[in-house]
Amino acid sequence: MRRVVITGIGLVSPLASGTEATWERLIAGKSGAGPIDLFDTKDVPCKIAFQVPWNDGRGGGSPDDPHSFDPDKAASAKERRRIDEFILYALAAADECVADSGWTPETDHDKERTGVLIGSGIGGLQSIYDTAITLHTQGARRVSPFFIPSALINLASGQVSIRHGFKGPNHSVVTACATGAHAIGDSARLIKYGDADVMLAGGAEAVICEIGIAGFCAAKAMSTNFNDTPEKASRPYDRDRDGFVMGEGAATVMLEEYEHAKARGAKIYAEVVGYGLTGDAYHITAPAEGSEGGYRAMKMALGHSGLDVSEIDYVNTHGTSTPKGDEGEIGAVERLFGDHAKNLSLSSTKSAVGHLLGAAGAIESAFCALAIRDQIMPPTLNLDNPSVDTPIDLIPHKAKKGQVRAAMSNSFGFGGTNACLIMKQVD
Amino acid sequence: MSDVFERVKKIVVENLDVEADKVAESASFIDDLGADSLDLVELVMAFEEEFNIEIPDDVQENIRTVGDAVTHIKAHVS
Repeated sequence: MRRVVITGIGLVSPLASGTEATWERLIAGKSGAGPIDLFDTKDVPCKIAFQVPWNDGRGGGSPDDPHSFDPDKAASAKERRRIDEFILYALAAADECVADSGWTPETDHDKERTGVLIGSGIGGLQSIYDTAITLHTQGARRVSPFFIPSALINLASGQVSIRHGFKGPNHSVVTACATGAHAIGDSARLIKYGDADVMLAGGAEAVICEIGIAGFCAAKAMSTNFNDTPEKASRPYDRDRDGFVMGEGAATVMLEEYEHAKARGAKIYAEVVGYGLTGDAYHITAPAEGSEGGYRAMKMALGHSGLDVSEIDYVNTHGTSTPKGDEGEIGAVERLFGDHAKNLSLSSTKSAVGHLLGAAGAIESAFCALAIRDQIMPPTLNLDNPSVDTPIDLIPHKAKKGQVRAAMSNSFGFGGTNACLIMKQVD
Repeated sequence: MSDVFERVKKIVVENLDVEADKVAESASFIDDLGADSLDLVELVMAFEEEFNIEIPDDVQENIRTVGDAVTHIKAHVS
């Protein structure tokens, strides 16, 4: 069986633009949360989010911070008019991922063996909103020819393939908050099956807009009690949590067949050894009782990995900071790990970067790969008073140094879709 | 309407992200200014908005150069 390893990472996150800066700030216990400055929040009950910091000051960024997002570096002004922001973030994350991996195919063969699979939970919502207004006020003749290609979810994969000349499988995933994990898992399968040797995979999201926030608020999914203290709002497993806090950005990983990576002397972060995916068949927004579907996804991934639970040291949970979801997932993890639960460490990095929806599974998988590389596990911020009694170390407040031989990443989405990935150290 | 060319030029520079001195009357949008078919649609929409005119689809197909656009606009702006 062909093995699949991660040889590159690219991140545009609410902590920073760039993988190392994001990781450094995550490990330092920083939070990317702040007041929303993208629209007037007077009519929505949730007024905070984890925005990507831009170098023009947007989202708490600064021209003096070299790790604030620079839109000019990501795409020209002309290109930017043709793409929604989720694609802009995807392009930037993909650029970093390609550079980090050192994989820049020149021959037709190498290009055709390299694919792209970037998903998004919602896609170009702001573009759809803006165009609906134009249609309503100015009529159909004023709808831009770039509207559809700017908003389509698979155009993230399309734009990245055009920029880098990747002619292999060009695909996308749309599974709400499990998108990023499914993108990586499905890409690994494409490589295992032989359809590609290299896949740039991940997720991108940018829906911190009025219609996006209003929609999730209407579904009673968002935090509303911490508008004055944004950094305290995302608090998975804490008794005072009251909903998720939205994030934005993009995360991509370069997946590569192991012998292919070895032959070119590529740096290897980790091997993707397990992937599981299930459906709850239960409710459109609520997770099944006891995270039953999540449990089966973890069990399936574990089966594929060939690992024993005692070989997994860290779990990056879905843990969105909603009252309903968090405890069910902990119960499912305990059930899977059994007696080994007491040796296990677990955290929800949504406490530091928020919920990146369709990019969540991808950024969290990247964090697992970095945890394996550096043998350190990121913390769960704001976990002052756990609402769960568990033998698992939930890594409150501060990052934890320790052995990370293998790590698991969970992602669950609306519609009752669940994905689990397991990565392990390559000897 | 002597400024029609200058106004067209300004729109072309903004939309196509090209140097102003490249926007001559003889310049072809596609061959000289790097536009694709979608850019052309957007350009025509910008002309319609700027000059408050409607350029029918069959006319759009014949607008290939900056000069074509200027000529059409001059003929339809009162």
